[in-house]
Amino acid sequence: MNRRTYNAAAIAAEIAVPVAILVAWQAWTVQAQDPKFPRLSTILVEFREMWLFSQFELHVVPSLTRIGAGFGIALALGILLGIPLGLSRWGRIIAMPHIEWWRAMPPPALLPISVVLLHSIENRQKIAFIAFFCLFPILLNTIDGVRGIDPTLIETARSYGMRGFERTRRIVFPAALPQIFAGMRTSLSLAVIMMVLTEYFSSTSGVGYVLLISKNTLQLAPMWAAIVLIGVLGYVLNLLLILVERRVLAWHRGWRAATAQ
Amino acid sequence: MSTHAGQLLEVRNLAKTYGTGTKATPAIADVSFAVEDREFVCVVGPSGCGKTTLLKCVGGLLRPSSGQVFLRGKAVTSPPEEMALVFQEYGRSLMPWASVRNNVLLPLRHKKLARAERKALVEEALAAVGLTRFIDHYPWQLSGGMQQRVAIARALAYQPSILLMDEPFASVDAQTRGDLEDLVLRVREEFAVTILFVTHDIDESVYISDRVVVLKHAPTEVKEVIDVDLPFPRDQIVTKELTEFTQLRGHVYRLIKREQDEPTRRLTPVTTATKGETA
Repeated sequence: MNRRTYNAAAIAAEIAVPVAILVAWQAWTVQAQDPKFPRLSTILVEFREMWLFSQFELHVVPSLTRIGAGFGIALALGILLGIPLGLSRWGRIIAMPHIEWWRAMPPPALLPISVVLLHSIENRQKIAFIAFFCLFPILLNTIDGVRGIDPTLIETARSYGMRGFERTRRIVFPAALPQIFAGMRTSLSLAVIMMVLTEYFSSTSGVGYVLLISKNTLQLAPMWAAIVLIGVLGYVLNLLLILVERRVLAWHRGWRAATAQ
Repeated sequence: MSTHAGQLLEVRNLAKTYGTGTKATPAIADVSFAVEDREFVCVVGPSGCGKTTLLKCVGGLLRPSSGQVFLRGKAVTSPPEEMALVFQEYGRSLMPWASVRNNVLLPLRHKKLARAERKALVEEALAAVGLTRFIDHYPWQLSGGMQQRVAIARALAYQPSILLMDEPFASVDAQTRGDLEDLVLRVREEFAVTILFVTHDIDESVYISDRVVVLKHAPTEVKEVIDVDLPFPRDQIVTKELTEFTQLRGHVYRLIKREQDEPTRRLTPVTTATKGETA
């Protein structure tokens, strides 16, 4: 098989399998006549009516804003705290037990207290909640990335008189970046989970809220439409992050391939 | 003790012991030598004699347990701006995320230079090592020998008065090694730079330098300092065919061989540490 036919076959397989699953689902739901499983066509019509775009601004925009803000805060804090902790043994000795403790905390356990403490079921509480749990993968990966820097690189920087912030910015940060991205991928999928969780628990808007309302009113088609939307959101967000990573870390793929020989 | 004119670097009674107490391992017992301005000095010794440790102490990366290093009469306590260090592990001392240009440029960023001056320094240094065509490549896209040339260019662009080189050609093939030796001899003239070069290769040490400092094995002392009066320019074939070259080479070889055959001197760590402290 030459390269062209191989690529064509690969793309066809990537598309054909999901299409086959959808067709099977439609066929099965038509024949099953089960109200718990509305027809795929019904769900898709519902999806179009709700999300393209009559309720988009009402529910999708708030959810995306919360993910964006929460993830952004976690990213900034994770790097700002992770780099000094990666560089300081004493910093780690002091901070690691606390990090491990909070990281082991199941997120739902903190939902009620977050509402009470922050006096909010709106953006303030949602963003803080998402940011808190997205922090840990980024923080721990940043610490690991900084600790894993080749000592020769640090010695090179030292021998050229680079110190303090300059060394951190020009050597430590770029060297740790591949691992920071690994943390970001974990955190981004966590952000979607936390968004749904906190909106489902208490809110007045968002796709998690739509799930809650459709459950309370026993409307199965909107519920399925919301589930499809959440899946699409998670998939697309992850895809965007991978595209950014490919650009920013193009050197890393090449370097790894070159040094693996 | 005053440093006489023309003397650029002085290593005075340098000692380095790793660890303390019963775990103390003396690496360097007592090493003294000097490097004149524009001189090319090679340090050779049996393997494991603390050559890298010595060079890191000279470069201000490691603090000696006792003794001192002087650069133009000033004690070295941290890496001086007048020194540049070329490591053996070129693949690990170059930044994989930066292009060849940016690798060479990076140390210049905190020097007070105009943008155009920086650019000129980078391009001049890369031209000197013959890598102008590869300026926008990543280092890992280049061969081992070329990567070490990037590291040399980075050191040259930094405009040091002394270049410290730690077994820079230990991990390239013989052919490339010869080319790099000649390249270093050439840029030494071009950039009027003093070089302190550590190697375990005896042929290389005689071929490349004005003077060879032969070390004993650890805990290290200077065994002998040999003047190399071979004519310049040196040539891989002609120079190495000279009787004088073979004699010098044989002499250094015997010194090191004798050193390796001797049973290790059992200096207790405590003795060495005390000796170092009072020196």
